Amino acid sequence: MTSVSRDRSLGSLGLAVSQASVTRKPTREDWLQRGLILLVALWLLVSVVLPLGQILSRSLVNSNGEWVGLANYRTYFTTPGLAISMRNTLWVSFTSTLISVGLGFGYSYALTRTCMPLKGLMRLLVMLPLYLPSLAQAIGLIYLFGNQGLVSTGLFGLLPEWRIGLYGPTGIILGESLYCLPQAVLILSTALLLADARLYEASLALRTPPWRTFCTVTLPGIRFGLVSAIFVCFTLVFTDFGVPKVVGGNYNVLATDIYKQVIGQQNLVMGATISVLMLVPTVIAFVVDRLVQQRQVALVGSRVVPYRPRPNPWLDWAAFGFCGLVAGAILAVLGALVVASLVRVWPYQLTLSLRHYNLNAAPGGGYPAYWNSLRMSAYTAIFGTVVVFVSAYLVEKSRQWPKLRSLIYFASTLPVALPGLVLGLAYIFFFNTPSWGGIPNPFHGLYSSMSLLVICNIVHFYTVSFLTASTALKQLDPEFEAVGSCLGVPFYRTFWRVTTPLCLPAILQIGTFFFVQAMVTVSAVIFLYPPNLRLASVAVVNMDDAGNIASAAAMSTLIVLTSLGIQLLYWAATTRLRRWSQAWKER
Amino acid sequence: MRHHRKLASLAAFFLPILLLVGLGIPLAIAQADKTINVYTALEDDQIAVYLPLFEKEHPDIKVNIVRDSTGVVTAKLLAEKDNPQADVVWGLAATSLLVADQQGMLEPYAPAGLERILPEFRDKRNPPHWVGIDTYFSAFCVNTVELNKRNLPMPTSWADLIKPEYKGQIVMSNPASSGTGFLSVATLLQMKGEEEGWKYLDALHENIAQYMHSGSKPCRVAGAGEYVIGISFDFRAIRQKNNGEPIEAVFPSEGSGWEVEANALVKKAQIKDAAKTFLDWAISDAVMQEYAKSFPVTAAKTSVPIPAGYPADPVAQLFPGNDLNWAAANRERILKKWTEKYDVKSEPRS
Repeated sequence: MTSVSRDRSLGSLGLAVSQASVTRKPTREDWLQRGLILLVALWLLVSVVLPLGQILSRSLVNSNGEWVGLANYRTYFTTPGLAISMRNTLWVSFTSTLISVGLGFGYSYALTRTCMPLKGLMRLLVMLPLYLPSLAQAIGLIYLFGNQGLVSTGLFGLLPEWRIGLYGPTGIILGESLYCLPQAVLILSTALLLADARLYEASLALRTPPWRTFCTVTLPGIRFGLVSAIFVCFTLVFTDFGVPKVVGGNYNVLATDIYKQVIGQQNLVMGATISVLMLVPTVIAFVVDRLVQQRQVALVGSRVVPYRPRPNPWLDWAAFGFCGLVAGAILAVLGALVVASLVRVWPYQLTLSLRHYNLNAAPGGGYPAYWNSLRMSAYTAIFGTVVVFVSAYLVEKSRQWPKLRSLIYFASTLPVALPGLVLGLAYIFFFNTPSWGGIPNPFHGLYSSMSLLVICNIVHFYTVSFLTASTALKQLDPEFEAVGSCLGVPFYRTFWRVTTPLCLPAILQIGTFFFVQAMVTVSAVIFLYPPNLRLASVAVVNMDDAGNIASAAAMSTLIVLTSLGIQLLYWAATTRLRRWSQAWKER
Repeated sequence: MRHHRKLASLAAFFLPILLLVGLGIPLAIAQADKTINVYTALEDDQIAVYLPLFEKEHPDIKVNIVRDSTGVVTAKLLAEKDNPQADVVWGLAATSLLVADQQGMLEPYAPAGLERILPEFRDKRNPPHWVGIDTYFSAFCVNTVELNKRNLPMPTSWADLIKPEYKGQIVMSNPASSGTGFLSVATLLQMKGEEEGWKYLDALHENIAQYMHSGSKPCRVAGAGEYVIGISFDFRAIRQKNNGEPIEAVFPSEGSGWEVEANALVKKAQIKDAAKTFLDWAISDAVMQEYAKSFPVTAAKTSVPIPAGYPADPVAQLFPGNDLNWAAANRERILKKWTEKYDVKSEPRS
């Protein structure tokens, strides 16, 4: 997401080469590449563009499919209370964004610009919220700040009570701030790493006071990252439904409105209408982010000297204290979740028990749902990685059809602007239509199948993976392809023997990302899963709906353990792999 | 040799793409006749007991359970009117089935053993459009520990719940999504008359801390002490109490709202025999015995004694003036009004 930046040289390079190749007749290999490019374009058309078109058109018709223009929007805005939802959503989004970007900045600053101890651990801890569904975070908050929470009751009477009135905006903002924190830290620490040490040396030489250096050097240097972080967090909060569902109480927001309309009233038309409204800020964020990032390209020079922090006891320990507090809060929420899942009857019988792990008696599908989630995540990781890597390869390394390739590039960055709820609904509209005015829908058979869930997940997390793959590919010297083709080696052989092994760390990273995200996502699949394919993360929603919060905590714990486990496997695999596949870099 | 290597790498490149294409090819697996989709609003912990009985008796039939709160299952059923996905409805509020029946969505069917079903538990027509299995009714889940902590008196009636001392301590289910919420609201409107009924609900609204998605959740959170009183239903109250939670099941002195849970066959182009087999089983003696362990009033007489914790004469607890036909006919109107009055007025409440 951060680097929705586009290598501008790519287009011109492709163009120059293709002009050169106009003079010769396309070979069989060229046609092969063109065929593949076409296939990728078709894939994006069916999985992104057409479903998106459906949701726009569905918001303009009534439930019988008759054209009603903007009547649905009029209905939405004239229904009392729905305007309140919009206001509520904006309020919690602004506040949570401010908090998570603020905390994220402090945290990233500590990670990149100080010499505080235990940096590696701190970096790890702040990423923990990525490994659990957002609503699991909120469930953890209930056990801390709910009416019977550890903090609210002062550890059951040992300490003074501290009640914050969790249910409502307070709880939403608290939960969302934690949920967005890792994203803010990821973006801001990357931005802070890009600093030019020469500027700091200059300001030191000029005896500029530190606060002024901060205002005139540090902040301007990360302004693009800051914009990016603000938009990412805003979009995340604006579209998240897990946290408000669990701790929102009677405080309605757009995401819970969609859920109530689609699940509670089965009113898909109104769901589509609210979806389009939800798309407005995310699309604005997307456009602004792209514009801003394009400007940044010019700013990164090749003569940058990387900044290295120098020890400064006061600053380092202050940074450590700050990060310790934030990481402590994250751990406390996760810890409360795990402990609550193991307690017999919270808060009356605080003995340990595994009875909440008897998930088959709880709503949501129990262990079969967990297995389904594992299968779905594995398929998403495997197929997603293949699709993403092959398309990124074609976009970056092929020399055919430059215009279509840059179109593919654009379409690949588009999914990041689509909230999961919107994507899920769009898929229902597109794939559940048997025919359009007599033209049969060839994809109708996918509806309510595992394949569709996998496709939906791949698309939902497409952009980040695609950008990771394309960054990795860009780092490879284009000469590999040139040399290969000079030696008469077909491109697919170079791809398989050279490109893929070199990119293996990135490929595994993409696979891990897909797996973890598919495991924890709720929003994209909640409208889409068929009755015989229940999913673990959706089960958490169902359990919470039924009030079976302890079992929801238990299922969440399983999800966290699984996704962290996969991440650990990735680390273990890559440390060995790096030695093997990157050995060529060393002499 | 070289040739082989070339072939291998070619295959290695195309295999993933073939897989990708394979993913896109519609998996048009014709749905087997032995698979049925069953829509139900029964509780999960009940289904976990009942369904294995069926699976043991008919191992060849695969049952896909779609379970959600009454309002959600009803909305789903009605939304799929033109292309029904469900084969069977099992244990859904009769008022919901009456609405579906008015829209011509139910296929009349007389399940085997129908003669054992008490007349008030079934559709009067022959063959019936729906057949009941049990009755469930409103009950308050009151957390005794929290009640004592706050020095609150034990509420015993609907009238008690609107007393100011309970402000912010009560949770109830949202009638739009929950059958339990709807039966309470529908009964209160009939008990007090519409005008007084809505006035009562206004007053109750002042004391409600949260409206919740399902009928169980208010009782669950009361059991966990998050709130003191949950307006819920009988089975849940007694189940939570037996689980060791400090819950007292209170049956309001004015009478409880109640509802019949019933089964029906869904009208569609291809009605499967397996669906009828399921409906036959769903009122059979074996499963009726199990129903009776969690419901004191069942559609057929059983030898199971009334479960502990219930009033000795559970039928006397049911508000007699509750007319399911009235509730079904006015369902949409009541829910619309309720939603406008209470759901969207969602300013944070302390």
